[in-house]
Amino acid sequence: MTDLWPWLSLAGLGAFHGINPAMGWLFAVALGLHRQSSRIVWLSLLPIAAGHAAAIAVVLAVFVAFGTVVDLRSLKLFAAALILGLAGYYAFYGHRHRVRVGMRTGMAGLALWSFLMATGHGAGLMLMPAVLGLCLADPSTTIPLGSSLPISVAAVALHTAATLAVTAAVAFAIVEWLGLGVLRTAWINFDLIWTLALVATGVILVVV
Amino acid sequence: MATWRPDPSFYPSPRMAAKAPKETIAYVAAFDPDRQRPDAIAVVDVDPTSASYSQIVGQVDMPNVGDELHHFGWNACSSCLCPNAPHPHVERRYLVVPGLRSSRLHIIDTKPDPKNPRIIRVIDPAEIAEKANYSRLHTIHCGPEGIYVNALADRDGNAPGGIFLIDHDSFDVLGQWEMDRGPQKLAYDFWWHLGHDTMITSEWGTPETFENGLVPEVLLGSKYGRRLHFWDLNKRKHVQEIDLGEEHQLVFELRPAHDPTKAYGFVGCVISLKDLSASIWTWYRDGNQWAVKKVIEIPAEPADPDLLPPVLKGFKAVAPLVTDIDLSMDDRFLYVSCWGTGDMIQYDVSDPLAPKETGRVRIGGIVSRATHPKASNGALNGGPQMVEISRDGKRVYFTNSLYGAIDPQFYPDGIDGWMVKLDVGDNGGISFDENFFVNWPKGHRPHQVRLEGGDCSSDSYCYP
Repeated sequence: MTDLWPWLSLAGLGAFHGINPAMGWLFAVALGLHRQSSRIVWLSLLPIAAGHAAAIAVVLAVFVAFGTVVDLRSLKLFAAALILGLAGYYAFYGHRHRVRVGMRTGMAGLALWSFLMATGHGAGLMLMPAVLGLCLADPSTTIPLGSSLPISVAAVALHTAATLAVTAAVAFAIVEWLGLGVLRTAWINFDLIWTLALVATGVILVVV
Repeated sequence: MATWRPDPSFYPSPRMAAKAPKETIAYVAAFDPDRQRPDAIAVVDVDPTSASYSQIVGQVDMPNVGDELHHFGWNACSSCLCPNAPHPHVERRYLVVPGLRSSRLHIIDTKPDPKNPRIIRVIDPAEIAEKANYSRLHTIHCGPEGIYVNALADRDGNAPGGIFLIDHDSFDVLGQWEMDRGPQKLAYDFWWHLGHDTMITSEWGTPETFENGLVPEVLLGSKYGRRLHFWDLNKRKHVQEIDLGEEHQLVFELRPAHDPTKAYGFVGCVISLKDLSASIWTWYRDGNQWAVKKVIEIPAEPADPDLLPPVLKGFKAVAPLVTDIDLSMDDRFLYVSCWGTGDMIQYDVSDPLAPKETGRVRIGGIVSRATHPKASNGALNGGPQMVEISRDGKRVYFTNSLYGAIDPQFYPDGIDGWMVKLDVGDNGGISFDENFFVNWPKGHRPHQVRLEGGDCSSDSYCYP
């Protein structure tokens, strides 16, 4: 059962990322409405998922690479520092920067937007406790490259699948059922929740 | 401070915004043309059920004199719901009020008591010059990257004018907006098609050609603005210039379609050197380019030279002087202010390339001096100028002053300020609300009107 928890948390974080409007479903819905095509909604989800997966994969690759030479405790503290720094930045300057991808963007632009949004928000860093837990049980040694690569690939795949599923479900619900009016009432402050999630992740990395 | 839910005055689409609750108060910029007393933002009661309906019920004075408050706007609006720039948990709360003459920027908090707004920050012209290299602040729009402010001149009062950005939370000046200005030099108005990643800007002139009034030699030499500029809104890059032609002078107010899927809009040209007519042009997408077409021409009216100001005597005609236009939220009706003749004209622009006149009222005017049922003196001066439409399109408000130095060129006996309201018929047609006439207090002249919670020239939308 203990082996299952990291995988569940990867999927859970995927759902959390997927439900956040800023991670993509809102863009997919907007493009579909603009081009008057529900097909565009579903097509848009693919580059959004690809961009998100790439952002996660880059972060995991960097940490696994470092993990082969640095002990796990140091790696966790380094990741925690990064995450808490990012959370602090978000708390104070969260609205300052935007990814300049417009409403006329093509699928490549959408993938780039998704990659930059996920990277900028620290989506990959948020997965570190789960992935590091999977890669190594003994914190006194470094990450064995041979076993951690397939684990990391599986982590990216599971997380992305969960993100895509939730993104698609929300987009479907908005387009087919709820309508855009829901943005006015149900769009709770995900920036705040996201910042708190980053803080929680940083704290977990330090104490666990 | 960020909120938990989106600001209730934000709407994803213009269709939804049109269903917003009715406004109960209007904020009106008022300035002292003599620059002796502070300008002010006045609060006008526009709730017909209120005992103080049609009265000024509050006012916030500026801390200095001589600002010439002109156009102003909100710190945040419906564009905060856009998918590529989402930040809907900021409040539509602060009015951003620039001084056109002083280049000073005032941030006014309307929240604790909407009828008694208060100034919370004044941004000094030196800070704007230092961080953005601009002066003569003109128009405010809330948009994807924060608050956009345009300026008619650089820090030294010369061309080019342009746009700079302000943070919508901290109100810090972030810097010049343009990355590549191309051939653009003059500035007047700006707005955008969010759905087409396009900004449009128009042209007036440099301060030396308007701060002491319009200069006849500059006008007759076609040296005032006559061009439209199209920009990539995200890359901040000039992409196309359209010259309306030598005879067309003072290409002013820009009103893009509210529906973000539509790629057209309207611009008013104040005067033609050929025959003093005014015109409305539609810009539209033509293949990979933008194109324009003149769709309305409003002719000058012959008049007795004895009744005309010196600037028009030789022409023996009143120029219509279209100085402001506004487009209803459903993109159906365009309102056109003819500050010279005194007409406010309503056009059905359902077909944007073939407008049809559907309503007209006359008030003030250089020659006609038409009155209002509730006015006491029987002959009004000034004419329809800054016009604003309620989000549901049922009510239209306007004031009668253009600009301190230009008012006496066309109304030499002075302008007594007023603000009126029109009621709009279900299928067009306009008439005065006989119970609404603000006889503006002496010493100030009213200019732009902003409505509580947004209006038809304050917000832009990302969803159709």
